[in-house]
Amino acid sequence: MIEFLQALSHHAFLQTALLAGLLAAVGCGVVGTFVVVKRIAFLAGGIAHSVLGGMGAALYFGFDPLAGALAASLVSALLIGWVRLHWSAQEDTLIGALWAIGMAVGILFISKTPGYSGDLMSYLFGNILLVPTRDLWVMAGLDALLLAVVLTFYRQFLAVAFDEEQARLRGVPVTFFYLLLLCLVAVTVVLLIQVVGLILVIALLTLPAAIAGHWVHTLGRIMLLATGLGAVFTSAGLALAYSPDLPAGPTMILLAGATYVASALGTGLLQRRRARRRATAA
Amino acid sequence: MTTSVPAISITGAAYSYGEAPVLEGVDLEVAQGEFLGLVGPNAGGKSTLLKLILGLFEPQAGRVLVLGRPPDQARRLLGYVPQYPAFPRDFPITVEQVVLMGRLGSGQGWRRWLGGWSQTDHVAARAALQEVRAEDLAGRRIGTLSGGQLQRVLVARALVGQPRLLILDEPTANIDQRMEGEIFDLLRVLNKRMTILVVSHDVAFISAYVTRVACLNRTLVCHRTETIDGGIIHELYGEDVRRVAHEHTL
Repeated sequence: MIEFLQALSHHAFLQTALLAGLLAAVGCGVVGTFVVVKRIAFLAGGIAHSVLGGMGAALYFGFDPLAGALAASLVSALLIGWVRLHWSAQEDTLIGALWAIGMAVGILFISKTPGYSGDLMSYLFGNILLVPTRDLWVMAGLDALLLAVVLTFYRQFLAVAFDEEQARLRGVPVTFFYLLLLCLVAVTVVLLIQVVGLILVIALLTLPAAIAGHWVHTLGRIMLLATGLGAVFTSAGLALAYSPDLPAGPTMILLAGATYVASALGTGLLQRRRARRRATAA
Repeated sequence: MTTSVPAISITGAAYSYGEAPVLEGVDLEVAQGEFLGLVGPNAGGKSTLLKLILGLFEPQAGRVLVLGRPPDQARRLLGYVPQYPAFPRDFPITVEQVVLMGRLGSGQGWRRWLGGWSQTDHVAARAALQEVRAEDLAGRRIGTLSGGQLQRVLVARALVGQPRLLILDEPTANIDQRMEGEIFDLLRVLNKRMTILVVSHDVAFISAYVTRVACLNRTLVCHRTETIDGGIIHELYGEDVRRVAHEHTL
């Protein structure tokens, strides 16, 4: 740990990596909370994986992969949302199809990109140590956008997440806000891909909010705690991975996963003990 | 308040899911201030008719007007209590926040849609919880409530927007009999200032409270509560159902 702190003060790339992790934590805390309470983790997984298609196409045609990722994630979010609203019976099959088709398109494009020098692994599993400083600004901008949209329309998002029928009866344009929520998920996915890659995005999107949901019980508090947890997981994961030279992304995910299991067991035990105490008191 | 406009006016409404018609030639006029009971067997079209009135479905024939307007423009004058809450019980939300949801779209100007709840919204939520005698539940998590408590909270959510028409779908299906009486006593008080439409499968029980009963089994027949007898129930359900002797005090 001390070794990591010393290295942090010397190496700019580590500082950039740390900042990237902290910026990603904002997205995973705020939007991840909606993903967990609205139970759309599978849908978010579909969006994340189809992003590879956009990245591959962007590389092939010589655009910035980040722009390709953003475009692909938004398109697949709207497509999946539209499918859910119109063919709800086949939702899971169609999300699965989009998931696989997106990846297949991406891999074909990447394999055919002339003079391709990147590493497919770094898209799949991310490489937080290779985040360019310019991308930090993009990430900060996307965070600001997410926060502005969620704060402005907090009540509508809460209503659509909680009870769509009631929201519709109060005149909330439910379809619009549902699709907007999926677009926020898409933006968050792109933020997180920088840090842990698209395969592991789903873990950072769900685990911090799920752990927070064990301990606090309003949406706002879950968002705050999940953002804090996300910051701890990305920073501590980076620190833990440094000395033994492990890949940072999977280290962060394992840390989050272990915390989730411990938290689930801990709250389960606490509840049982409380129930027993109440039973003996009565 | 323009009492001349009927609260609900339905003429020749029809609806079907695919082949099977659920509603046919339904005519119904509910005056403001009425307390109407809507009864009928399962799959008789009660929920579908409610969805037409709420503007969630469009009738395939005929016309539905609520307080003189198309239903989707009258929504903010309606309060609706669903039979089954459409939300998961473990959703991280307090009772007060659930009630506040009924205030969406109620504010003035930009506050109607942007930002958080106003002071007025919080005051209204407290008042609605008081009215259903659930003010002590305000800070509780929704998942910790009993069936009867949840039902009160859902009524408060419907009341908080100051509706002129209150619609309840089987409000007593999931609670015990003592609560059933309490809920209907509350509705009787509310009926002094708003029109009420309550769906029930229990014609015997509700006829002690409501002013008129509409019987729906694909088509609709209305009865004054004084005239309900075994013959009508037989006609409606096709058999003698549980029938409790009751006096019409209205």
